[in-house]
Amino acid sequence: MVYRERAAWSGLIAAVVTIAVYVVLVLRSAGGGPLDRADWFPPMLWSIGGGIALSILLTIVWGIVAARRDPESATASDIRDRDIDRMGARVEQAFLVIAGLVVIVLCAIGADVFWIANAMFAGFAVSSVIGGIARVIAYRRGLV
Amino acid sequence: MVRPTLVSNSIRAHREAAGLTQAELARAVGVTRQTLIAIEQQRYSPTLELAFQLARAFGVGIDDLFQYPEA
Repeated sequence: MVYRERAAWSGLIAAVVTIAVYVVLVLRSAGGGPLDRADWFPPMLWSIGGGIALSILLTIVWGIVAARRDPESATASDIRDRDIDRMGARVEQAFLVIAGLVVIVLCAIGADVFWIANAMFAGFAVSSVIGGIARVIAYRRGLV
Repeated sequence: MVRPTLVSNSIRAHREAAGLTQAELARAVGVTRQTLIAIEQQRYSPTLELAFQLARAFGVGIDDLFQYPEA
C-alpha cells in the first residue's frame, strides 16, 4: 500500500470516528431535549481538531510500520496518486457545494444557528467520508 | 464495479522478456510498484507521458506496448 493510499484510509477512518464522537457528545448534551438547546460549539471544535490530529497520527504511525517492511513506499507518490487525489477532491467539492446551499437556505429562513452550523459540519463530514470512500475504491478497484 | 479501460497493454510480457521485476521497471519510469501493477492489470490508464516512458524503457514504439480496439 502506497503512502497516499494509507493517508486516504487514515482520513476515512478519522472522519467516521470524528462524526460518531460528535454525534454522541451532542446527543448526550441535549439529554433527550431539543437538539438546538445542546452545547454544540465546543464538541464541534474539539471534534474537528481531534479528527485532523487523529488522521495525521494514523498516517504517521501506519507509515512507520509500513516503512519497516517496504522503506521505498514509505513516502513515495506518483501521477496515479495525484489523479486519484484530484478525483477525490472533485467528489468532496460536490458535497461541500450542497452543504453551502443548504446553509444559505437555512439563513434565509432564519433557522437557529445550531442547524446552520451543523448543516455545514454535516457537509464537511459527508464530503470527507464520501471523498475518502471514492479514493479508497479508486486505489482498490482502479481509476481508468 | 469500475469499468476496465479499453486500452490494453503488453507491459507484463515485455517486462518478463526483458528480465525486469515490477519494482525495477517502476523505478526506471519513476512510479511506485503499485502503479505499475495497476497499469499491467488495466486498472489505471497511464498518462501519455508515462506511456512514452514505458515504451522507451523497452525500446519499442508506443503502439507495440499499448493497444486500442478498432471502432
